[in-house]
Order: sequence, then structure tokens, then C-alpha cells
Amino acid sequence: MTPAENARPNFRHLIDGFRRMAPLSLFVIVFGLAFGVAAIQQGLSGLETLLMSGLVFAGAAQFATLELWGDSIPLLPLVTITLAINARHLLMGAAFYPHLRDLPSGRRYASLLLLSDANWAMAMAGGTPAARLGILVGGGLALWSTWMIGTGLGVAFGSGIAEPDRFGLDAIMGCFLLAMLIGDRRDLGVLLPWGVAALAALAAMAWLPPHAHVIVGALAGGLVGLLLPPARQETTP
Amino acid sequence: MTLTAANGGVLLAIVIMALATYLTRAGGVFVMSRVAIGPRVERFINAMAGSVLVAVITPMAVNGDGGARMALVATAGVMLVVRKPLPAISAGILIAALWRLMAS
Repeated sequence: MTPAENARPNFRHLIDGFRRMAPLSLFVIVFGLAFGVAAIQQGLSGLETLLMSGLVFAGAAQFATLELWGDSIPLLPLVTITLAINARHLLMGAAFYPHLRDLPSGRRYASLLLLSDANWAMAMAGGTPAARLGILVGGGLALWSTWMIGTGLGVAFGSGIAEPDRFGLDAIMGCFLLAMLIGDRRDLGVLLPWGVAALAALAAMAWLPPHAHVIVGALAGGLVGLLLPPARQETTP
Repeated sequence: MTLTAANGGVLLAIVIMALATYLTRAGGVFVMSRVAIGPRVERFINAMAGSVLVAVITPMAVNGDGGARMALVATAGVMLVVRKPLPAISAGILIAALWRLMAS
């Protein structure tokens, strides 16, 4: 493959990304189902629930703001909580920027529409720039589809799986993200920034408002990386 | 500021929530496209990328039950040895389920 072909993502990269994300996406159905059930119980209509899952596509924020949806909806808490929980996307997007740099801005911003933890983590874990973009967008489509299927099932059938944690399903996302984090990395130099990130996140959980811990941990880890002497060979993660 | 749920208020609130979320998705890229990326910024970004995940996973390990913790340990162990995500994640889920089966 020539370098030029490497850089430009095409339909094949998209399909490939979709396929690579498909196994994990299936589990997202469970989360979508849980959200559909919870939203209906909160009094949202089926259509509203589906629209929210489809347009917002951010499970944690959707769950966290669920109790705000009543006869009147307080906008400030809604926006504040949404921004606080999703602020990690800012850092994830910034980290992904080098792989988007060469795209025209329309495609650049369109390919961020479905950025979420899982497809971002898998995209960062490797491949050519085109393959990474394919995972971000194609994998995002896979996650979005199953999130919608799950929400639809929850709306239609009510309580499906009553206790997902009984089957270890709640551990999937954590295990997946951890697997992506470790990836092919064998460089012990990352342990210091990661250790600081973990400690900073714990401190933020103890002393700062809810949901601040991701931002605080990520920035602390980034600062340590900045202050450390450059590694012998910088490789993009 | 509140919206009444009637007369399309819910739909408007959903659109506002969606826009706020997209703002976070696009914002980081927007800022980076206006910043000169030198080696220092690159080191910061590289270290931050992994740290985001560390900070997301940490509360799962700290607040989780024994099953969740053992799941993460199993995933890390298998991942370090085999270097393939699927067996690593499967091991994690299996351990969590088994752990809870025994504990309950």
C-alpha cells in the first residue's frame, strides 16, 4: 500500500472498523435496553427516548440526567451535567486530532459525530491513520446501531435483563477499555503518568464535584508526560 | 431556566443536550487545529490519551465489588501475556461472573 492510500480512509476502512467493533457492540444492546426501560419509567415517551439515544448517544450522561425529565425540565443542570460528564470527549478529540489533521474540515467534524469511549480507545490502539479513522467512524456506527436497538428493545419490552451485573456484564466496558489501554504497549515509561492520573482521579473523586475525576486525572497524567524527559523514541499510542 | 415538557419542550431539551454533547466531541479537535503542535504538546497529548482511560477505569476498580476488581486484574493479566483483546475481555467477564456466583 502506498503512503497516500494509507492516509485516506475509504469505505473499506469503515466496514472494517464496523466489523472490529461489532463483538463489543452487541453488549451495548444490554446498556441501551437498561436505558430504554429507565427512561420509560421516568415518563418519557418511546419516541422521545429513541430520539435522545439517537441524537445524544452518550450513555453515561443520559443516565445521569434522567431524573431531570419531568413536567418541567431545568436546563442549567441538564447542560451542566451533560458537559461535565462528556468533557472527557474534549481531551479524547484533542488526542485524536493528529489522525484527522489531513481531512477537509467538513469530514473532520462529521467523523467526530459518534466519538465515544469504546471506538475512540480502539481507534487510538493502532493501525494506519486511515484504519484509525475507519474504526472511529465505522466502530461508532456499530455502537450507535446497537445502542439504538437496545433502547428500542427497552422501550418495547420493558424490563429485560433485570440484573446485568449478575452476569458480569457491567464489567465489560471496564475490561474493554483496560484491554485497549494496555494494547501492545511494553514501555514502562507510561507507568508514571498513568499512576499520577489514577491518584489524581482518586483525589478528585474524594474532594471535587462528581464527574470531575476524569478530566483531573487525564490532565495530571498529561502534565507528567510533558515534564518527563522525552523518551528515546516517541511513538504515538 | 426551565422548559415545560408540554408543547415540544422535551424535544427542545433533547436537541440542546445533543448539541452540548457534540460540542464536547468537536471542541478538542477545534482547539488543536488552532494550536501549533510542538514536541511538548505532543508529549502532553500522548500521556493524556492513556491517562483519560486510566481515570475512567480507576473508579470502577475502587468502587467496584470483588468481581469487578478481579475482572480488571484478569483482563490486564491475559492482555499482557496474549496481547489479544477478545480473550482478555472474555476472561474478565468470566471471572466477574464466577466471582459473584461464588460470593452470592
